[in-house]
Amino acid sequence: MLSIQELENIASQVRRDIIRMVNGASSGHPGGPLGSADFLVALYFKIMKPDPKQFSMNGVGEDLFFLSNGHLSAGWYSVLARYGYFNTSELATFRKLGTRLQGHPATHEGLPGIRMSSGSLGQGLSVAIGAALAKKMNHDEHLVYCLMGDGELQEGQNWEALMFAAGKKVDNLIAVVDYNGVQIDGPNDKVLPLGDLQAKFEAFDWTVLTMYGNDMTEVVDNMKKAQWYTGQGKPVMIVMRTHMGSGVDFMTDNHEWHGVFPTDEQAKAALAQLAETLGDY
Amino acid sequence: MTEYVNQGSKDTRSGFGEALLELGRKNPEVVALCADLIGSLKMDAFAHEFPERFIQVGIAEANMISIAAGLTIGGKIPFTGTFANFSTGRVYDQIRQSVAYSNKNVKICASHAGLTLGEDGATHQNLEDIGMMKMLPNMTVINPCDFNQTRAATIAIASHTGPVYLRFGRPKWPNFTSPSQEFVIGKALMLNEGKDVSVFATGHMVWNALLACKILEEQGISAEVIDLHTIKPLDEAAVLASVVKTGCVVTAEEHMRNGGLGDSIAQLLSGKHPAPVEMVAVNDTFGESGKPEELLKKYGLDVPDIVAAALKAIARKS
Repeated sequence: MLSIQELENIASQVRRDIIRMVNGASSGHPGGPLGSADFLVALYFKIMKPDPKQFSMNGVGEDLFFLSNGHLSAGWYSVLARYGYFNTSELATFRKLGTRLQGHPATHEGLPGIRMSSGSLGQGLSVAIGAALAKKMNHDEHLVYCLMGDGELQEGQNWEALMFAAGKKVDNLIAVVDYNGVQIDGPNDKVLPLGDLQAKFEAFDWTVLTMYGNDMTEVVDNMKKAQWYTGQGKPVMIVMRTHMGSGVDFMTDNHEWHGVFPTDEQAKAALAQLAETLGDY
Repeated sequence: MTEYVNQGSKDTRSGFGEALLELGRKNPEVVALCADLIGSLKMDAFAHEFPERFIQVGIAEANMISIAAGLTIGGKIPFTGTFANFSTGRVYDQIRQSVAYSNKNVKICASHAGLTLGEDGATHQNLEDIGMMKMLPNMTVINPCDFNQTRAATIAIASHTGPVYLRFGRPKWPNFTSPSQEFVIGKALMLNEGKDVSVFATGHMVWNALLACKILEEQGISAEVIDLHTIKPLDEAAVLASVVKTGCVVTAEEHMRNGGLGDSIAQLLSGKHPAPVEMVAVNDTFGESGKPEELLKKYGLDVPDIVAAALKAIARKS
């Protein structure tokens, strides 16, 4: 059993990987992955704990994760590599010609750990519902997790999916909104206000939890709580408050770091704030 | 010419519905999804017999396609059912990302395609779906010609691993192919051997092509009629062998010229065996309300249009 400190150490290394990958590719999205790094580390290393050596597309007999906001790929790839799905040296190929680590996650190149392409927003929750329904049909009691962005909720398909999951009692599903309050053009409230998300999800008849996603203890505790709420006739939603760019002071809460890569100098300044705990790739 | 007998007109969508039920009984992994059109898609029997494998998603086609993609993770073989219009254009990005690019084993089954949808008018008469679907890598595109063939095609796609777009229609239409046929994806069906012109038809237009062939025969013209039920992958060998023999081509489909079967054949021939091609298809216009036969006549997809196209193609042979 990994301790909170050990999980935090992994998250620090994942944040270093994100900075180095995006800098190395001279393109990509650093802000979102930094903000959701703690969640993804907790999910893989503490909550789901899948067997990376037994990866199969069908995923029967294990928990599944879908990343709806595919532009968080750098963080997901780092977590997958650090967890053992593939060698961390492959992180250096991120976004480069011939890579399995496409700009947005893809099944096309056969990267272990990925079961669905994403990047065009608003589709991941529906996909996760489909996978959850298949689990029910297969009498497989494992859970399905989905991470979505907040700005992504402006896509109408999410609300089709929200209505469906509650109406059809898809209660083996835990969805998490990375609520950092900013999107590519600026704050959600300026682009298109999301309103009271918690009230909206409750009105759609989901079980709704809230948590602060940049505190490892809180993330682990609330994910366990969410697991407890599954199997009770309702899908579970976690509204997860995070800081975009978390871990690097000059990127934190700044929407300009949504999709801009750090220069070598900026990367150096960012890495100085993040402990190298597991060794850089 | 080879005689084909109408065994009694039936709608192709009913061929789909009947086969879906049979698949449900044979294969426990087959799952069906519908967006509030169970009756129109003839999915009632499956829904009744296999409620635990039938998913009514409501009027939310985007959600339906993505749920279907998710169901494949877990080994299911999902068949989605709605009109052609809502099976393609409305959900193109969902199909592109989660089905085609992700190469998932989803069967997108689309009824009420083409002009023969009739009175509902242009909003529902999809004439672009073949083009949209054939452009997607990994996608197989099938447009069977009658009830029996739609039934056989539905059975066949369940055994094919990968995304499929299966297109069929609303009206009762002559049912003339063998009820016991084996449907082979990508294999053209020779209906009548001829030597003066090759008529490649798909969907409902295959029957019209046979009627045109008979008229041409009375005029002393020997038309070869080939049913290209699979538009992608195209049976290139069959097309080329026929055109090498006849030297000219008519294509017939209930679809736009742009992006349809004729477009695929012209592309093939321009590279491998240039020959005159006359396309019987809708020419860059939307449809309108009317009876199926009235619409086919008005938009140039009737039997005399195929005859005229054949004469024109023959005249263009150098």
